[in-house]
Amino acid sequence: MRHLISPLDFSVEETNHLLQLAEDIEKDPKKYSQVCKGKKLATLFYEPSTRTRLSFEAAMLNLGGSVLGFSSADSSSAAKGESVADTIRVISGYADIAAMRHPKEGAPYVASIHSDIPVINAGDGGHQHPTQTLTDLLTIHSLKGRLENLTIGLCGDLKFGRTVHSLINALVRYPGIRFVMISPEELRIPTYIRKEVLEDKNIPYKEVEVLEDVMPELDILYMTRVQRERFFNEEDYIRLKDRYILDTSKMKYAREDMLVLHPLPRVNEISVEVDKDPRAAYFKQAKLGVYARMALIMILLEVDKPC
Amino acid sequence: MLSISGIDEGYVIDHIQAGRSMDIYKYLKLEKLDCQIAIIKNATSNKMGKKDIIKIQGPMELDLDILGFIDNNITVNIIHGGKIVEKKNLTLPETVTNVIKCKNPRCITSIEQEIPHVFKLTDAATRTYRCIYCEEKFK
Repeated sequence: MRHLISPLDFSVEETNHLLQLAEDIEKDPKKYSQVCKGKKLATLFYEPSTRTRLSFEAAMLNLGGSVLGFSSADSSSAAKGESVADTIRVISGYADIAAMRHPKEGAPYVASIHSDIPVINAGDGGHQHPTQTLTDLLTIHSLKGRLENLTIGLCGDLKFGRTVHSLINALVRYPGIRFVMISPEELRIPTYIRKEVLEDKNIPYKEVEVLEDVMPELDILYMTRVQRERFFNEEDYIRLKDRYILDTSKMKYAREDMLVLHPLPRVNEISVEVDKDPRAAYFKQAKLGVYARMALIMILLEVDKPC
Repeated sequence: MLSISGIDEGYVIDHIQAGRSMDIYKYLKLEKLDCQIAIIKNATSNKMGKKDIIKIQGPMELDLDILGFIDNNITVNIIHGGKIVEKKNLTLPETVTNVIKCKNPRCITSIEQEIPHVFKLTDAATRTYRCIYCEEKFK
C-alpha cells in the first residue's frame, strides 16, 4: 500500500506515469467515470481549505466514487481530543482512501503509519503540499509539452512559500532546468534549499530583485502570494506585499509562449487585467489539479492498470 | 587526587567531554539501574585536558548507540573478569527515539503527547538529524 506524504515519495518514473494518466483523463474523462465505483474517499480537513477539499471531492466524484469527511477540526473528533492515529484507524474502516489536511506538520505522516488505507497529504502546515506540486508539474507538462530544458521564474515570497520549495525539489530531477528567483532580499529562498538542493546538484540559478529585467528569459513565471500570517511584524508585511504586482505592462516584456502560474488564491499580486492574457494559466492550473488528483487516487487505489 | 577503583564486570565510558557526564547518565537512563555507578567529573586527560568518565559495575545490556549521537569521541570499554574484553566503536545511529524532542512548535509532536519523538540521520558528514514528522533539523 502506498501513501503520498511528500512530493518526492514518487520517483520520476512514477511521477511521469501519473502525469500521463492525468493527461489521458483530461482528453477522455468519460473513460474514467466509473473506475472508482463503490470506493469512498474520506476528506479529513482539520483546517478549512475549500479549494483543495473541493478539488479532491470533485476528483473522486469524477471517478464514480463517493466522498465523506469533515472540513474543520471543530466538527471532528479532534475537538474531543482524539489523536490523528486513532482517527485514521477508525476512518480506515469507513473509507478506501483518505486525504488529510492538518495545521501541524507531519500529521499526515503519523496517519500513514497507523492507516490501513492510502493516505494523501493535502497540506500539513508550512511543510508539504504534494498534490499542489503534482498540479504544477501537470500544468507545465500539459501546456509546454515537457518538464526539461525550462527556465522557471519564481516570484514573491520564496522564503516561506512551501509550494515554491516543493516545486524546486521536484523540478531539479529533470535535466536542463534553470531557476530565476525574483524576490526582495528579506524573502529570498532559504539557505538550505540554495545549498542542499541547487548548489549541491549544480542547478543553474540566479537571484534578482527586479521582475521586468528577467521576464524575457522565462518559460514559466510562478507567482506567489506574500502571506500575512508568516510575518511577526505588520509593517514588514505591508512594505513587502505589493512589491511585485504582475500587470499588462510587465507582461509586455514576456515571451509569447511564457506561462504565468499561481497556486491560488491570489490577493493582488496578479492584476485581474492579466486574466485575459492567453499566457495566464492559473485557472487552467486549478482545473488540472482535479485531473492530477484523479490520477493520484487511481494509482493509490491501484485501479490505474488494465486488468 | 581522587581515586576510584576498577570494576570486575560492566562498562567504562571514557573520554566524555568534561561536564557532560550527567547528560549521558540521563540519556542512558542509568538512574533506573540498581547497581554501583561512579561518575567522575573533570578527570585529568592528556588528550582532552579534562574529561568525564562513567563506570558502571555489573553485567547488564545497555543500549549504547545513543552515545554515538551525543559525542562519537566517547570510548566504551566492556569489562569482564576485571579485564577489557571489548572496545566498542561508536557510530552515528540511524535513528534516535525519545532522546531528544522536536522543538518545532508547528510539529504534530507539539500537540500529541503520545507520539514518539524520532529523529533520523540525514547527513552523516554534518551529523544532521531531522524529525521524521516535520523534518526540522535538530540543533
